[in-house]
Amino acid sequence: MIHSLFLINCSGDIFLEKHWKSVVSQSVCDYFFEAQEKAADVENVPPVISTPHHYLISIYREKIFFVSVIQTEVPPLFVIEFLHRVADTFQDYFGECSETAIKDNVVIVYELLEEMLDNGFPLATESNILKELIKPPTILRSVVNSITGSSNMGETLPTGQLSNIPWRRAVVKYTNNEAYFDVIEEIDAIIDKSGSTVFAEIQGVIDSCIKLSGMPDLSLSFMNPRLLDDVSFHPCIRFKRWESERVLSFIPPDGNFRLISYRVSSQNLVAIPVYVKHIISFKENSSSGRFDVTIGPKQNMGKTVEGVIVTVHMPKAVLNMNLTSTQGSYTFDPVLKVLTWDIGKITPQKLPNLKGIVNLQSGAPKPEENPSLNVQFKIQQLAISGLKVNRLDMFGEKYKPFKGVKYITKAGKFQVRT
Amino acid sequence: MSASPAYSEEKGGSSSLGEPEYGHDPASGGIFSSDYKRHDDLKEMLDSNKDSLKLEAMKRIVAMIARGKNASDLFPAVVKNVACKNIEVKKLVYVYLVRYAEEQQDLALLSISTFQRGLKDPNQLIRASALRVLSSIRVPIIVPIMMLAIKEAASDMSPYVRKTAAHAIPKLYSLDSDQKDQLIEVIEKLLADKTTLVAGSVVMAFEEVCPERIDLIHKNYRKLCNLLIDVEEWGQVVIINMLTRYARTQFLSPNQNESLLEENPEKAFYGSDEEDSKDDKPDAASLVKRKPYVMDPDHRLLLRNTKPLLQSRNAAVVMAVAQLYFHLAPKAEVGVIAKALVRLLRSHSEVQWVVLQNVATMSIKRRGMFEPYLKSFYIRSTDPTQIKILKLEVLTNLANETNISTILREFQTYIRSMDKDFVAATIQAIGRCATNIGKVRDTCLNGLVQLLSNRDELVVAESVVVIKKLLQMQPSQHSEIIKHMAKLTDNIQVPMARASILWLIGEYCEHVPKIAPDVLRKMAKSFTSEEDIVKLQVINLAAKLYLTNSKQSKLLTQYVLNLAKYDQNYDIRDRARFIRQLIVPTEKSGALNKYAKKLFLAQKPAPILESSFKDRDHFQLGSLSHLLNAKAVGYQELPDWPDEAPDPSVRNVEVPEWTKCTSREKRKEKVEKPFYSDSEGESGPTESADSEPESVSESESESGSSSSESGSDSGSRGEESGDQSEEEKKKKKKGKEGPRKACLESAGSDPSEEEEEQGKKGKKKKPQHEGKGGSETSWEEGSISESSSSESDSGSEAEESQSEPESKRRTTPPSSKPAPKASRKGTKEISLLDLDDFTPAPPQPASSPAIVSTSLVTDLEGLTLTDASLTPTMLSPVFSTVKTYELLHRMAGEGLSVEYYFNRQPFPPDPHMVAVQIQFSNNTESEVKNLRVSEPKLVSGMRIQEFQEIESLAPGDTANVIMGIDFCDSTQAANFQLCTHSRQFYVSIQPPVGELMAPVFMSENEFKKEQGKLTGMSEITEKLTLPDKCQSDHTIVQRVTAAANVSRVPCGADNEYRFAAKTVTSGSLVLITLEWKEGARAHLTVNSEKMVIGTMLVQDVSQALAQ
Repeated sequence: MIHSLFLINCSGDIFLEKHWKSVVSQSVCDYFFEAQEKAADVENVPPVISTPHHYLISIYREKIFFVSVIQTEVPPLFVIEFLHRVADTFQDYFGECSETAIKDNVVIVYELLEEMLDNGFPLATESNILKELIKPPTILRSVVNSITGSSNMGETLPTGQLSNIPWRRAVVKYTNNEAYFDVIEEIDAIIDKSGSTVFAEIQGVIDSCIKLSGMPDLSLSFMNPRLLDDVSFHPCIRFKRWESERVLSFIPPDGNFRLISYRVSSQNLVAIPVYVKHIISFKENSSSGRFDVTIGPKQNMGKTVEGVIVTVHMPKAVLNMNLTSTQGSYTFDPVLKVLTWDIGKITPQKLPNLKGIVNLQSGAPKPEENPSLNVQFKIQQLAISGLKVNRLDMFGEKYKPFKGVKYITKAGKFQVRT
Repeated sequence: MSASPAYSEEKGGSSSLGEPEYGHDPASGGIFSSDYKRHDDLKEMLDSNKDSLKLEAMKRIVAMIARGKNASDLFPAVVKNVACKNIEVKKLVYVYLVRYAEEQQDLALLSISTFQRGLKDPNQLIRASALRVLSSIRVPIIVPIMMLAIKEAASDMSPYVRKTAAHAIPKLYSLDSDQKDQLIEVIEKLLADKTTLVAGSVVMAFEEVCPERIDLIHKNYRKLCNLLIDVEEWGQVVIINMLTRYARTQFLSPNQNESLLEENPEKAFYGSDEEDSKDDKPDAASLVKRKPYVMDPDHRLLLRNTKPLLQSRNAAVVMAVAQLYFHLAPKAEVGVIAKALVRLLRSHSEVQWVVLQNVATMSIKRRGMFEPYLKSFYIRSTDPTQIKILKLEVLTNLANETNISTILREFQTYIRSMDKDFVAATIQAIGRCATNIGKVRDTCLNGLVQLLSNRDELVVAESVVVIKKLLQMQPSQHSEIIKHMAKLTDNIQVPMARASILWLIGEYCEHVPKIAPDVLRKMAKSFTSEEDIVKLQVINLAAKLYLTNSKQSKLLTQYVLNLAKYDQNYDIRDRARFIRQLIVPTEKSGALNKYAKKLFLAQKPAPILESSFKDRDHFQLGSLSHLLNAKAVGYQELPDWPDEAPDPSVRNVEVPEWTKCTSREKRKEKVEKPFYSDSEGESGPTESADSEPESVSESESESGSSSSESGSDSGSRGEESGDQSEEEKKKKKKGKEGPRKACLESAGSDPSEEEEEQGKKGKKKKPQHEGKGGSETSWEEGSISESSSSESDSGSEAEESQSEPESKRRTTPPSSKPAPKASRKGTKEISLLDLDDFTPAPPQPASSPAIVSTSLVTDLEGLTLTDASLTPTMLSPVFSTVKTYELLHRMAGEGLSVEYYFNRQPFPPDPHMVAVQIQFSNNTESEVKNLRVSEPKLVSGMRIQEFQEIESLAPGDTANVIMGIDFCDSTQAANFQLCTHSRQFYVSIQPPVGELMAPVFMSENEFKKEQGKLTGMSEITEKLTLPDKCQSDHTIVQRVTAAANVSRVPCGADNEYRFAAKTVTSGSLVLITLEWKEGARAHLTVNSEKMVIGTMLVQDVSQALAQ
């Protein structure tokens, strides 16, 4: 399936290559570079490129292109999903999936890639299994290893590999048994010029951090499970139980993982927690324009809106911006033409406002389009859909775990058209 | 931290080598140094005793590989560490080995024995990793070893090892596709595996090796469906895709009621009929016509069991289920996938891209499915352009009368985007909406006309092109628009747009009679500076005007045509010439002239604006081919629904007896050599599921079938040669009973019966392989297959055989051997002969029962006891000179049977050749004439000294000849044709490594001296444990000399044995030393320049001894 993998950085250096079958020459990447050149923009490099003898399927993550070489028919999503899994694993192991991290840990990277694929077919992609096979690097361990001469490799087959629950390590032991669930909801919305909602939707995930000894069997129930319209599960969740009782029943993996992601049914009206007033205009035949944006919380929200950031991709003709903000700070990148306004917390008493003059390239025609505003925000202690966890029960183990649920609402792809 | 000791060591080491210039600068030994000499420090670190140094070196080497730097010159140094105790070093060596083995095949062979040992390790992780690496080394010469290892691992206890075996199958297949038949057997066996761990991997192997063998799936279909949810996610994808194809061949279209019932009642008839017969409704026939389609329960099972997977977190799994539903589910049920696909749109942009392409195709076929999610396809300014364009495509596909106004409002926003490519695509999309939905055509047209005054030229140009297409539908009402566009020619520069405008004006010049000539006048002025496509349209316009309004435009047309006549572009010159002839009447211009107007101003059909995703659904959705809209390599066509459902009972797992038999027979017919695979598969679930109903213990019947075959062979041979001359008979006997006879001759020696039998069985076995497969590979496979099945296996089999009823034992015809064991084997032979369905075995000749039964005894021994023996032990241990191999089986040779053996005599005409004695027996009724060798196909360097042609061979006669073959010190087979007056047979002779040498005599001192020269890489050592029966001097010497053509070197120490030989071709010394330590442990050392020979010899000898 997957023949080879090349990691390429933004300047076009192939800094890592791995082959699972016969060696494929680096020159195959030339087709990729060609496509990259044509696309002009990293985001627009087609993920699938056909060359005379191979197919290249690539993803772009953290300023690195993961380019895989395929020779025969294979579902493209299979490869893409796998490459993302590889990047996730690097992230998991090294804390970041960057070129430096990969170069610094090249041997571990190679060992990981060796374990993750056999002859191009995924072998072990569960992070729990991989961590038993190849221990993640820590400073302490490398010191210990160099003294004792012990190795980074597991000597036995990870038990997960054999059991029906490959995601869980066998002997897990904690002194403090804890289970935390973060219910994170994101609002995707498009707000049009007049402030009315074109499209809004709530997407949520439950991320868990579970540190429980032994083989706990958990079940998590909601007050209002009907809210969940479309759900995707971690493989650990028993689907039958959900179908019949709307209860999440599972033996959890050890550590951090995403339990479910869900979409709230579209029938429910989405309460948009902020509003934006904006006047952005460019004068005809003059090299300047007006920019005035105010953002405020909607009254009906009990919680404070914080972490607010507004990002605006200004038209190409914009040279510079002279603005004053009543709250927070702004930066304008004249190369990328991106205005970022970091506001922080919004208090209803004093609405943050940013206004001033836009300097345009002289002689250039007036920009046709007003830029859209991308808004980010965060609301703690609130699941905007109203989803509530009812209870968490544990079976199979004797001890009493510490349980915690946290709710948070964020802006997802939240865009205001102007 | 860990690097510092490495560097200090390196300094010390390199200075001692007298290369201080490299040692001084530790940085120069850095990871990415490319200088070859710098690798010396790495070599030294690899040779050191400290694991930490080795590890450091390996890490640096792996870093080089990762960078794509060449590290192949370190191969010998690295490979030595393949057996390193440190698991991390070992793994890194594996990484290295897999990367470079292909380039350094000979050296790579050195590592093979380590893996072979690993395959027998009690730790499943080690077994699996040994198999993984062994199968990843792409060296063709080890194909048989791989084949064997895979077969072995396929019946391993650990599912993880079996999974690895499944992974190894495609590797072997890509290395040697000739192994397909055997691999299919393994796949069949693994498909029956009930663990989820194996399922995904084996289906992947199935897809790569034999996707066309859909029949292998029948029996496992339900199991796969039921296991699916527990299979790991990657396996799910592969299984679902495969089952989609399977279902398309086995079930009826669930949508035929709607589409086909009316036009084609017959199909419905069959569909319902099939269901009825299943439900046992007697009056099915009367209901036929109106009987609605009923889904096959297996079809339903598949749909039901895949549905939950739409909830998977893995996008590939969701997509796989989605395509399964799209291709297999009844229309009413397909809707469920939309929600899941829309969810994927929140994933990474690459995932979005792929999903949107598939949604685009689906939305053409089943628009209703995605309509509720229309807004999810709305475009954000931050989306990448390629995503925007795909979303636009989907939105356009979803547009209908009810939602068009919303969509158009959305489009209006898009048109003002900064992303011009996207704007152009939006304009196209508006055009498509306008053509598809008549209601909004005018609105769209007006909107587009407004765009004509846009400041951006690209937008205008795109609009012009789209307007042109729209206008073609109803030109008469839009002369205003045409006039407006005519004005644009002054400003617009984009050639395509200019050309479009000119075409429009020309086409509809009657609607704009005043403007058209004026436009032509302007264009004539700028003609020379226009782009080619514009020029062509100017000529077109001129021609059309000339035809409609020649008064005003005659001169202009002439002018334009004259300009075009001298244009640089020949297309334009051609066009001008052609048009002039056509429109300007002259004497020469023929009848065409009259029709010029009809030609030019014919009614042209309006273009249809349709999606580029139309008809893409003939590719399986979610596939690479679908994405590229072109067949990718290895793409399996999604078959059309069958008109008639194939028999659904094939999927029933409880099979009635007659089915078992047929399936079994079929298999036998299909597969060349079913015996070994069967016996290999004894423990597998499939085998037991459909094994023969006989009450004989199954495993025995299967394993025995091969022996019975060989037994009957030898029996028949014995019979037919019955009337041979006395001498011949003797020879034959010698061939068969050689070991025993020789044993009697060797005075004083008292080898146990068992050993003796082993010797014979080895000898027996080989001819059988040769006869059946003929090719070198089959021989190796066969022999190795025996070697690797574990000791415990053979043990258990032996036990089984002992548990045979006493009474049966008694009935055995008395054999020449008094040993109880032998007689027991003899018993078995009877039942086995009954089972034999391969050779029409002639009745046993009464005259020679002893011979036959002994030979059978040996054969059976071979199968039961010596499963663990390796190739070399096939040579009879004591007197290998008389060990014969079959070159041409009596059946294959149409009565002519040919055997050969290595007589271990020097071949006088050429000392570099190995002498092969060949014996022909004519078992036919007629004379065989002109026996000779022809057309040898030899590996380069190999030579054959042919024997003299045998003029004729009378029926029942035998003849002996000697031929010489120079094998070039390799175990490659010599392939040639054996010709008679009427036929040609392809045969091959492959020498065991032990036959590639001739004994040399040397003294102890000489031996030690030579051995001293052959150290390092040339020395291969292996530890082994001598079994009890092999602890006498005599047996050891016997076994070693049997395994190889060596002579013993006198030795002072009594726990040491030395042997010496020279390879025949190159005369390289081969020295064997066996050191007997306390207890049963021993060290075997082989010294030889020829490392490959050395390695193989070590294996052969140690296997011979280990028995």
